[in-house]
Amino acid sequence: MFKIRTTVRREHFTLEVSIEMANPGVLALFGHSGCGKTTLVNIIAGLLKAEESYVEIDGVVLENTAAKVYVQAEQRRIGYVFQDARLFPHFSVAGNLSYGLRRARADTPRMSFDSVVSLLGLERVLERRPHQLSGGERQRVALGRALLSQPRVLLLDEPLASLDAARREEVLPYLERLRDELSIPIIYVSHQFEEVLRLATHVALMADGRSTAQGPLETLSLHPQLRSIVGPEGIGAVLVGLVEAADEQTGLAAVRIGENILKVNLRGIRPGARVRIHLLARDVILATMRPEALSVRNILQGTISRIGADDSDTDLVYVDLGGARVLARVTRAASIALALRVGMPVWVLVKSVSIRGHAYVSNTPDRE
Amino acid sequence: MTAAELDAVRLSLSVALRSVLVSLPFAVLVAWLLTRRKLRGKLLLDVLVHLPLVLPPVVVGYLLLLVFGVRGPIGQWLDEAFGVQLIFTTGGAALATAVMSFPLVVRAIRLSLEGIDRGLEDAARTLGAGAWDRFFTITLPLMLPGILAGSVIAFAAGLGEFGAVITFASNIPGETRTLPLALYTALQTPGGETLAARLAGISIALGLMGLVAAELIARRMHTALGR
Repeated sequence: MFKIRTTVRREHFTLEVSIEMANPGVLALFGHSGCGKTTLVNIIAGLLKAEESYVEIDGVVLENTAAKVYVQAEQRRIGYVFQDARLFPHFSVAGNLSYGLRRARADTPRMSFDSVVSLLGLERVLERRPHQLSGGERQRVALGRALLSQPRVLLLDEPLASLDAARREEVLPYLERLRDELSIPIIYVSHQFEEVLRLATHVALMADGRSTAQGPLETLSLHPQLRSIVGPEGIGAVLVGLVEAADEQTGLAAVRIGENILKVNLRGIRPGARVRIHLLARDVILATMRPEALSVRNILQGTISRIGADDSDTDLVYVDLGGARVLARVTRAASIALALRVGMPVWVLVKSVSIRGHAYVSNTPDRE
Repeated sequence: MTAAELDAVRLSLSVALRSVLVSLPFAVLVAWLLTRRKLRGKLLLDVLVHLPLVLPPVVVGYLLLLVFGVRGPIGQWLDEAFGVQLIFTTGGAALATAVMSFPLVVRAIRLSLEGIDRGLEDAARTLGAGAWDRFFTITLPLMLPGILAGSVIAFAAGLGEFGAVITFASNIPGETRTLPLALYTALQTPGGETLAARLAGISIALGLMGLVAAELIARRMHTALGR
């Protein structure tokens, strides 16, 4: 469990954050570059001192200005993975990995060298020097080094930001594996919603040095604050569902969400797996009558629960679909033409190909 | 080589080596203070360190006489407490040489210290390393190229230190008569031209060897650090 409250005042910048998360998982700190995310994680790690701060992780108070408690960074046991890896150039990969391990207190050996090496697929690079590694390998070594210091929490500060798309895809499965196989809580800083979608269980939104909203990702995906970060094209409902059937021939998986079944274009997934899907509001079509003879695979019935103006020309329409809520972005003109109003029954149309789905718990591929 | 020449070479090497050993710990400390600490009087310290570069060496030797001479504040204390006298000794020559080459060492170390990503020290900190631990496992090893480069340059320059040595430690055969002092003496002696030429040749050879060694060490360090 985390409890973090902090205030920093600088000449051109104020940080005022209050974040609490009850159960372990992945908490994403999500916001634009420059909103204070890195400042916040540096405070949590003890690398930066705030005027007023309360940091509690796993029941241990690391910092409490009011009670004059301040645990030094080297005593905090926080596994910090930096954006730029920061591997020690004069040590081999093995030397880097064991740096934290040798300094960890012996009474808490949760992670062994071998288990971390195999978890992150580092067997073949142990003898190399950091400059002989690819960007993705460097981040994996940095992850391993942090894990081996036996941390209470992992702090990942945009660990994928310095990588190209291909390298990112190489590291992401390992992060999913950490989330699913270890019980270490993770704070994940990102400004890429795609990463948040794949990794986070909870999200804290940040804007201009303030934490503006927080909660489970599914709840937060409908939060108006999120729109100001991801923009009109990026907003959409995040839903968690259970795969009921997967047809390898058509590549369509049937995913149960509440009372409905969504057909999602998703391969390599087994029935029984939980998946998280992202329905972008711009890809959701509304109809007031059940349409016939369409290529659209998903036609679901629901009720409009809320209509909000998105900008001068478009509306965001929230539709309840028995146990789930989706978001549709429609032009004001269409909204008026269909006379959309709260409480009205509508048909929700989504093309299977426009749904992005990710395995949510386990079911991650083994690479290498 | 004649016995006198050998003596001069041996003395020069010994003085230069000792001067490097004496100045290194202080140079590391001063370089670290100048790059890593916010302190009052930083400018003063910086200027003081660089003073030997701009002062006539004779002035440095004179100032050393004032401080480390038998009646100087530190010289008197050293004599009374330990029976150590620096003037007119090889140790004194090494001290004078160390002061003269100090700015070179500090510069080289400072340069490499400024090139170290401080994020690496932060990373070590989050991994549980305290201040001394970080210094000895991260900062110092990464400073090594600068320390080595500075040492080699100071050593090579120390072989040829003249003014401060002759002022502070005088020109005593077998004690403080290093290569340049021997060369100077040879030139002052009628018929000493051949000896002078030979000593000059030896000096040039030693200097060249020092520079080549510095370059080789630098290359090897860079490969080791992957840069």
